Amino acid sequence: MMKNDACLKALARHVTDRDIVIPVYTAAFDWLSIRPHPLNYLAHGAMGLASSHALGLALGRPDRRVIVLDGDGSLLMNLGSLVSIAEAAPRNLIHFVCENGTYEANGGHPIPNRGRVDFTGFARAAGYRDVHMFSELKMFEQQVGAVLAQDGPVFVDLKVTPSGPQNRDYALLHGPAVRAATKAALMVR
Amino acid sequence: MDVRTMSSDEPSAGDTLSGSSIIREIKASGIEFVVSVPDITTSEGLLSPLVRGQSPRVIRVCKEDEGVGICAGLSHCGKRALLLIQQTGMLDSINAIRGVAVEYELPICMMVGLLQKEPGVRPRQSKRYGVRIVEPILDAMDIAYHEIEAEADVAKIRPAIDDAYASSRPVVLLIGRKPS
Repeated sequence: MMKNDACLKALARHVTDRDIVIPVYTAAFDWLSIRPHPLNYLAHGAMGLASSHALGLALGRPDRRVIVLDGDGSLLMNLGSLVSIAEAAPRNLIHFVCENGTYEANGGHPIPNRGRVDFTGFARAAGYRDVHMFSELKMFEQQVGAVLAQDGPVFVDLKVTPSGPQNRDYALLHGPAVRAATKAALMVR
Repeated sequence: MDVRTMSSDEPSAGDTLSGSSIIREIKASGIEFVVSVPDITTSEGLLSPLVRGQSPRVIRVCKEDEGVGICAGLSHCGKRALLLIQQTGMLDSINAIRGVAVEYELPICMMVGLLQKEPGVRPRQSKRYGVRIVEPILDAMDIAYHEIEAEADVAKIRPAIDDAYASSRPVVLLIGRKPS
């Protein structure tokens, strides 16, 4: 298992200024301190929808790489999006799920059937071009660059543990100023 | 905002609605993507010819709330999209519409087939519970809507979509009968 923030720091070393990143809830609060950037797309409006926003962004900006940092509880709310993404098949979409086995932001309750759900199996069966699973940080650090260089849609299951206490400022995720900054950054060609 | 338009005239069972006219207005509105879950009312007259065409691109989704997110992502990129669904799917997506379209003030444009609405009967007067609750729910959510029941109503489509993007607010176009 990997600490969530250590994992995201390893990822951030390969993320460029042109990449659009869609971090979800717990991942978002870690990610914001690691890579503050107007192309962090934070406002999803309803739990589970991040992967769908990502598909829209990937279709709307095929010239940019789109990286989703989904949660396991969030993805379970929108499993059909795996199939929709696989059919649309955007080459620029990389879909990570930070699998911590809990609804961490909602009291730490376990996801249904924790530990026995195969997220890479879902994505493979849905038709993603490739899938990966990482539970060792060293292995992830060695391979993340190659994973990000693949044609999408690619799915990556990260087996993570919480980073520690977080300052969960939800107003920051949902506020109009953040949305406006993201939209302005997305309009830059 | 208070934008609610009824059918142009009192609808009658003998009115007609042309799918090709609706598609012409969709294209004229600058719609580049139609995101859809098939709907009985619009399946044959709208979705099938859209799928056969080159543009706009049709994106099939498994569930309607996915479409709300997809349209939001596209709107952030300056791309116009239309979510073509059934009112049952719209009702299932209320929380996504609430959070993404209304609270974030995004131009989510929905074309919604009214399953089981009787031709020539206003949605509010329908004998079907699942039909007559639609407009009151949209009123409660402060979402603009327009009834598209007869050929004369097709002219409302382009201004409604333009207004949605100009004001960055959602809009619902209620398709009240099967387009030919």
